[in-house]
Amino acid sequence: MNLPIYLDYASTTPVDPVVAEKMMEFMTPAGHFGNPASRSHMFGWQAEAAVEDARQDVATLIGADPREIVWTSGATEANNLAIKGCAHFNQRKGKHIITSRIEHKAVLDTCRQLEREGFEVTYLDPDSNGLIQPEMVADAIREDTTVVSIMHVNNELGTLNDIAAIGKICRENKVFFHVDAAQSAGKTAIDVEAMFVDMMSFSAHKIYGPKGIGALFVRRKPRVRIEAQMHGGGHERGMRSGTLPTHQIVGMGQAFKIGFETLATEDARIEALRTRLWEGVTDMEEVHLNGSEDQHVPGIVNISFAFVEGESLMMSLRDLAVSSGSACTSASLEPSYVLRALGLNDEMAHSSIRFSIGRYTTEADIDAAIAQVRVAVEKLRLLSPLWDMFKAGIDLSTVQWSAH
Amino acid sequence: MAYSEKVLDHYENPRNVGQLDENSKNVGTGMVGAPACGDVMRLQIRVNDQGIIEDAKFKTYGCGSAIASSSLLTEWVKGRHLDDAEQIKNTEIAEELALPPVKIHCSVLAEDAIKTAVRDVRAKQGL
Repeated sequence: MNLPIYLDYASTTPVDPVVAEKMMEFMTPAGHFGNPASRSHMFGWQAEAAVEDARQDVATLIGADPREIVWTSGATEANNLAIKGCAHFNQRKGKHIITSRIEHKAVLDTCRQLEREGFEVTYLDPDSNGLIQPEMVADAIREDTTVVSIMHVNNELGTLNDIAAIGKICRENKVFFHVDAAQSAGKTAIDVEAMFVDMMSFSAHKIYGPKGIGALFVRRKPRVRIEAQMHGGGHERGMRSGTLPTHQIVGMGQAFKIGFETLATEDARIEALRTRLWEGVTDMEEVHLNGSEDQHVPGIVNISFAFVEGESLMMSLRDLAVSSGSACTSASLEPSYVLRALGLNDEMAHSSIRFSIGRYTTEADIDAAIAQVRVAVEKLRLLSPLWDMFKAGIDLSTVQWSAH
Repeated sequence: MAYSEKVLDHYENPRNVGQLDENSKNVGTGMVGAPACGDVMRLQIRVNDQGIIEDAKFKTYGCGSAIASSSLLTEWVKGRHLDDAEQIKNTEIAEELALPPVKIHCSVLAEDAIKTAVRDVRAKQGL
């Protein structure tokens, strides 16, 4: 076992060695280093062929046509391009956008920007399991709604939204539907046809590809039109200018190809590891699973260990790389907005740890994590005045705290 | 965020963890912070007839810096007179532990805790 144990795959993943090797073929003088936009010589043709192969690999994973894939620098750019691009293009039809409170900041901050430009945004509250129910979207759609943006899998909770049902509602109401799929590609099946998705954002580094590359799916039939955000040489059919980074794109294509081939077996293996982790801690007192028991991807487990603060817990877990919804891990000192949106009290948000499991996680890793967590939680509870009070039968919600 | 060695030392080996009898006339308790804010400190001191702090105990729910601030404080107040203990400034704690700006509030909380504990014991003794 290698220490520390990496359990933060939802944050980023290592590049699969097969992917890294393939990328190396497209950089050096001995490799295919050409500019894919060079139409006049072999160097360009070879690079272009590699880019188109990769486009096909990304399209295959989601059941799309390769001509519907636009390369971007990552999911953040794809989210910006989709939401701003579609909202701007259709602003004569209306200026109302629907999203949820637990989207990634790349979606939320994009919507905030549109609000500053005069658009109106409805932020849907998830249910207590962290899910956006299709009827919530249906109820929020108005005459002037042009774009709905809902994530497929939540990055903190691992909850899996019913994208097909939401997509059907959007299609029936002639509203464009964007999905942030950064956390779901390669983790759960995606079919943009069956799910009625108009635009979908992807990132390579969440699925064992390199950082700095992503893609946006933009539907051709019925056609979705978006305004470019990056202007220049007219690459990517005018939707995103800039010389294509061949090695990054090839890496993303290879990563998506492996993701497609291993989806079923990895899903089952990781689900078993998830169950092992949860069962290894659930017999402790006051341990709560955040998110949905049944509607989730296996790789993300979010657990609150009550009366223990998340950052100090992580300090104890020196051999584990995990993340926390605690305020103390962020510059803002606000606990996770995702956990708060579930209606969780702040104390539980401060006490949460996200474990994310991936391709290189083993049973031994999980067993070691369980052992460390148990020791650390016990140690910190002995240090915790809240634990004393809980044990003395005091209901903490009735205490008058001297908030600062 | 990297922690200073002193924070790590107090976090790994917290000094004076525990509880004193809250109802004793010689014991002052300072419970400050709130679970919603991510930190709660309980600092307790026991004083003798001369007003000297003979013992100090703490328990803290919070980040490593909060735990270290309260642990350090218990070391500092032992053997001091109440008048002296309530003079401890958060800046001294922050400096000793090399707390980064985002963690200064932990030292503020510790200062609040000792002031509250001193007030509590004085009130009990009618001082």
